[in-house]
Amino acid sequence: MASQNLQSVPAELSPEEQEREAAGQAYFDRIISEDSRIEPRDWMPAAYRKTLLRQISQHAHSEIIGMQPEANWITRAPSLKRKSILMAKVQDEAGHGLYLYSAAETLGQSRDQMMEDLIAGKARYSSIFNYPTISWADMGAIGWLVDGAAICNQVPLCRASYGPYGRAMVRICKEESFHQRQGFEILLELSNGTAAQKQMAQDAVNRWYAPSLMMFGPPDDDSPNSKQSMAWNIKRFSNDELRSRFVGMMVEQVRVLGLTLPDKDIRFNEETKKWEHGPLDWNEFKEVLAGRGPCNSQRVERRREAHENGAWVREAAVAYARKQAQKENAA
Amino acid sequence: MTNHDTDFAIEGHGDISVGVHGAGASGDGSASATRITPGNALRPEDIALEISRGQVKPSDDVAEFALRIGDDGLILAQRLGHWISRAPELEEDIALGNIALDQLGHARSFLTYAGAAWGKSEDDLAYFRREHEFRSAHLFEQPNGDFAVTIARQFIVSFYQYQLYTRLMESTDATIAAISAKAVKEVDYHRDHSAQWVLRLAGGTDESRARIIQGFKLVWPYVDELFEDDELTTRLAEAGVTVQPSSLRAEFDRLTGEIMTEADLQIPGVPQALGGGRRGKHSEFLGYILAEMQVLAREHPGASW
Repeated sequence: MASQNLQSVPAELSPEEQEREAAGQAYFDRIISEDSRIEPRDWMPAAYRKTLLRQISQHAHSEIIGMQPEANWITRAPSLKRKSILMAKVQDEAGHGLYLYSAAETLGQSRDQMMEDLIAGKARYSSIFNYPTISWADMGAIGWLVDGAAICNQVPLCRASYGPYGRAMVRICKEESFHQRQGFEILLELSNGTAAQKQMAQDAVNRWYAPSLMMFGPPDDDSPNSKQSMAWNIKRFSNDELRSRFVGMMVEQVRVLGLTLPDKDIRFNEETKKWEHGPLDWNEFKEVLAGRGPCNSQRVERRREAHENGAWVREAAVAYARKQAQKENAA
Repeated sequence: MTNHDTDFAIEGHGDISVGVHGAGASGDGSASATRITPGNALRPEDIALEISRGQVKPSDDVAEFALRIGDDGLILAQRLGHWISRAPELEEDIALGNIALDQLGHARSFLTYAGAAWGKSEDDLAYFRREHEFRSAHLFEQPNGDFAVTIARQFIVSFYQYQLYTRLMESTDATIAAISAKAVKEVDYHRDHSAQWVLRLAGGTDESRARIIQGFKLVWPYVDELFEDDELTTRLAEAGVTVQPSSLRAEFDRLTGEIMTEADLQIPGVPQALGGGRRGKHSEFLGYILAEMQVLAREHPGASW
């Protein structure tokens, strides 16, 4: 197993401990080879735990930071129905953040700690949320392209080997698929609307297309963690494989929208049976990842502000609960 | 669709199809995200359908009344929506967002119904009226302030709305009664949520107690306006469409008083503001709320979204 290469047993373990470790490793390897599930109390290699924690917390942070670009349009949504759908969608994202933080907590890290890491700039979230939402059509493009890419990434994660993660993803994917449809519906309405609305829709698709393709992560030959994650049955398909599938779906759907994708190099390769797209600007991706995107500092600042402004509320809730417990004990 | 073969289709959830023929999969393309409502709850779309079939049409008086309570919910939803992504805890992002959604839902129903009297849609009323044409009471347009101010405002609103909707369930106007029957169940949760927070903040830390006391001081001046009778409510009360707002006061005082006593809080001894929202007289806040809410719709008059 690939996992054994990463799991070094420290020398100072007692013979009993070494035996327990070996038994744990054997159990883990068997579960993975049977494509079954690891649960929170099961033994797992430290590197597996670390990889999952990184991935799940990043995913949770992405949901929470991802609320901001869409919340940006709640007060200005152009119809009450759209306002209502958008509010529900952003609320869903908070819910996804909650499930995912909970799943990550089963691996031994507290939500408070993860939140601290996010605010301190130590934790990552999906780079795409560092782009601004400058028009209403961005609500459509985010739903259709960004949530669409997220679904491609996430549906296979419903079968991830770590139980709590896989189960959280089932519910998340159901809601994401709704989100994707509503994004498509926004764009369809705009595309069939006035010339100005159609232009707004095309402009949004032009801006979100490449960043959404980059959501799948770097090309396979530049993705150091992918191989191990696939060996552990966390990840099921490579970045490029998923990206290619996504492009294929978007090519079909953009025709129905009556819009175009800003990529003249899209083609179906008959030999490989895969969709191909034009070159992506991976330098920009790395720049945004490194904190130099248009909105990096404002996104983290908003989270910090909300968290710090809310500190007195959380303290009050804790103090009140403690007092209530004391009263009950005294009674 | 070429690559739509393995995982995505088989797993049965999270499918990426958009439900449009030719776009590659399942579902009803005309389905919208708001159409799925648990049970037989009344949706604004249902009311719009009844209106278009000529099955319901409110009198001018009833429409004017529906406009008042619709505007209350709309303006409050606009205020509460600002909390989403800014709340003290994720759980509160969700809770305040939910309350905002409920208020918006009630507003959409009441505005849709009101609009039927004048051939206007909910969006015509929300996006193309000016400040003096709004009929919301002043409490609803008060700024969010800190979390304590928002909770104090919500506490008053939800206890008031609970009394109102409970009585409106017996309205002689079937549509008003039906909307209220749905709303009252939701407002009952809002009541619980805000009462729990009043208790927590009052009994939490010194800081939280000072803040909730200050919060109530800021919003209490707008309580009396909610319970004012006028010619419209007098006529509608005689017709059994609604009750006089003043008749809701005793029960409001009793129930809020119970929580305030448990929280060891005093009703703030602050003067009551003049109000006037029901006659289109508003504070400085409403102009900004409407400017933000209406800007995009007004840039594209006649457009559909």
